[in-house]
Amino acid sequence: MANPLAGVRAARHRLKETHPLSVLIAERLGLSVLLLWAVSVLIFAGVEALPGDFAQTYLGQSATPQAIANIRADLGLDRPITTRYFEWLGGVVQGDFGNSWASGAPVTEQITKRLGNSLFLAFFAAAISVPLAVGLGMIAVHYRNRIPDRVINIISLAAISLPEFFIGYILIVFFAVQMGVATFPSTVYDSMSLSERMSAIALPTATLVLVVLAHMMRMTRAAIISVMSSAYMETAELKGLGAFKAIVKHAAPNAIAPIVNVVALNLAYLVVGVVVVEVVFVYPGMGQYMVDAVTVRDMPVVQACGLIFAAVYILLNMVADLVAIIANPRLRHPR
Amino acid sequence: MTDPIKYFASRVSAHEMNRREFIGRSMAAGLTLAAATSLYGTAAMAQEPKRGGHLKLGLQGGASTDVIDPAKSASQFTFAMNRNWGDTLVESHPTSGLAVPALAESWEPNADASVWTFKIRKGVEFHDGSELTIDDVVKTLNRHTDEKSESGALGVLGSIKGIENKGGDLVLTLSEGNADLPLLLSDYHLVIQPGGGYDNPNAGIGTGPFKIDNFEAGVRATFVKNENDWRNDRGFVDSVEMIVMNDATARMAALSSGQVHFINRVDPKTVGLLKRAPNVEIQTTSGRGHYVFIMHCNTAPFDNNDLRLALKYAMDRETMVEKILGGYGKVGNDFPINETYALFPEGIEQRAYDPDKAAFHFKKSGHDGSVLLRTSDVAFPGAVDAAVLYQETAKKAGIDIEIKREPGDGYWSNVWNVQPFSTSYWGGRPTQDQMYSTAYLSSADWNDTRFFNTDFDKILLEARAELDQAKRKEMYHDMALMVRDTGGLILPMFNDFVNATTTNVSGFVQDIGNDMSNGYVATRLWLNS
Repeated sequence: MANPLAGVRAARHRLKETHPLSVLIAERLGLSVLLLWAVSVLIFAGVEALPGDFAQTYLGQSATPQAIANIRADLGLDRPITTRYFEWLGGVVQGDFGNSWASGAPVTEQITKRLGNSLFLAFFAAAISVPLAVGLGMIAVHYRNRIPDRVINIISLAAISLPEFFIGYILIVFFAVQMGVATFPSTVYDSMSLSERMSAIALPTATLVLVVLAHMMRMTRAAIISVMSSAYMETAELKGLGAFKAIVKHAAPNAIAPIVNVVALNLAYLVVGVVVVEVVFVYPGMGQYMVDAVTVRDMPVVQACGLIFAAVYILLNMVADLVAIIANPRLRHPR
Repeated sequence: MTDPIKYFASRVSAHEMNRREFIGRSMAAGLTLAAATSLYGTAAMAQEPKRGGHLKLGLQGGASTDVIDPAKSASQFTFAMNRNWGDTLVESHPTSGLAVPALAESWEPNADASVWTFKIRKGVEFHDGSELTIDDVVKTLNRHTDEKSESGALGVLGSIKGIENKGGDLVLTLSEGNADLPLLLSDYHLVIQPGGGYDNPNAGIGTGPFKIDNFEAGVRATFVKNENDWRNDRGFVDSVEMIVMNDATARMAALSSGQVHFINRVDPKTVGLLKRAPNVEIQTTSGRGHYVFIMHCNTAPFDNNDLRLALKYAMDRETMVEKILGGYGKVGNDFPINETYALFPEGIEQRAYDPDKAAFHFKKSGHDGSVLLRTSDVAFPGAVDAAVLYQETAKKAGIDIEIKREPGDGYWSNVWNVQPFSTSYWGGRPTQDQMYSTAYLSSADWNDTRFFNTDFDKILLEARAELDQAKRKEMYHDMALMVRDTGGLILPMFNDFVNATTTNVSGFVQDIGNDMSNGYVATRLWLNS
């Protein structure tokens, strides 16, 4: 054998032929780890580049030189940046995210609670908005350019055009202040029962649904319309396939990819991008937690939050790609 | 009821004013004797504190980086928490600002105010059942001042050289005399903890009226009544819930929908709207905090006193209070002290907006071209608007001010105390001496106007050790004039603390010490229904 690599390549090729999906997933997971590492470097460098270190910003205007020096020595901030980065990385590889500089408590412990809250809110918002958006999109296609289509479009576009905090305020004014039917503030805590929690998140969930609805609904509508007008749908109709069969066999596999992509993006937003909604509704999620940490340059917390956010994005995008591939035979067997 | 009389009535209900004082002052304010007497009766009776219930507060200023350790208290939220669960040795009087006993029963200085002896109260119990001893006090003060201290009170306590237990009394030895020492010990960081808090600074065990039940940083804190409280004139409710609400609109919505009983930091721009809610009462307190425009006296072009005077006369203070504070504040007079401080120097002429004088001094300074002012909204709420307003009023005096808007993040490390002309904010200090020592003494780290005046420094140090109040007041008068007429400080306004309560709570005390009734709000309020 002239080239030892050739054998490996051939083996990989064979593996790809027999288990195309497993190879793809393995490759994507490997890349994800690399990507997460790059994210951690970027965040570390970014926080370092911000003016003022933890000791200065944490003590704020009441900082005295001695107190600053004491905190720096305590946390080892006086050591070179590379030493600190690799120390942190060493811990993470062993599953230890370190302790928050501000509170001294383990990062993992604090984040679990906050992440749980974020996922709780995101789950309910997604469980309502995704079926609703897809359903409304289909209705809009069915009544294309007629009154139901127009009404759905106008309402959802109006909702997306308003900033999320404004929608939040409007809901608060009507449902919490004037009618007094909704729970506000939406603060959740340990001793709450599930039903209390659900009532607490009613308003933020409604806000998020309104914010993400239009994007997914419009994409569903556009994807289905574009597929329905393509040549192969005409062929299917001409070869005598019934409307239902044509949609299931030919339209759905082609329309699902763009829809799933948009859904994944919106789900990721629901987990990582809702800090404004959290602030408006006084909801203790990940967003506010990370913003607080960045404000005082609490590096271990910023890093952990950043990695989780990046992982959520990477994971959801991967799932979206996989779903698109599995659903579509053309992508499943690339030439 | 007119405003002053209403204010006196609130003092009566808070047990701050007795019958004789109330009637005397109300008559001076225009009431007849009979009316004043009957009013005193209703104020005192109607306001007998009710006990019980669950009090909810919505507070700005909490973050997930907060900790219980009082040494590291930096936010409004932990400030108010400390007051619930802990006590300091000394408290400041809500209206006079003078030192009043708390965990220290009494105190005595030596002749030059450099050695102080404090008698510690007996029979006080911590939340864990142990008894407060002199040992706990000594260790607490040690923890805040030793060489490893990360305490926010380190700067205040810098002059303490010795902390000793002498026959059960606390003896503090200072590097130089300080007549204000008792007031310095009222700092909210200096909560007395068992064993000084060395073992577990975050335990939250203190001697305060409420015990910590649950604390989630940046989310909320709950408290239950301490049944063994050593005082019975505070802590009227059974339980307290403090919720972090950093969004101004969220706080207003929560208050007007009755979900919380008290909020802090009402935005002056929207206070008019909040007032319209029928169940809401606005609570304002004159404060020591001030919004400032600061010039470095040693940096060109601000090293010229005529230019500094020109810029001082170009400031329209009345309009600033009206527009930037929505009327919730008082005009400043270019020295950092107002009448809420003990020994306030009376009789100093109020500097007013005077474009002619400004133009005169500007011409005399010989400065040519514009003046660069740096600002950001983190300097104080509305700082950018204030800068633009200032630009307009200065223009009428022929002074061209160029405004540079700086990023909020890092403003305190890159612009404030670094650049020669910027906007900034000062919270008050417990005493005049503290305020001047922090920012106007030549050697101070935070001498943010670069005010170097050896005469001033000398009087400041003399006044600090002066136990004769009349002499001291005279010295503070001279110092105020020096800062006002030669310093680099333009002080257009002192901001009021604007809080709000629902109408079904009572007992709010307008405490000049600090925001939120000097942090004691939860210990002073009670529920009517």
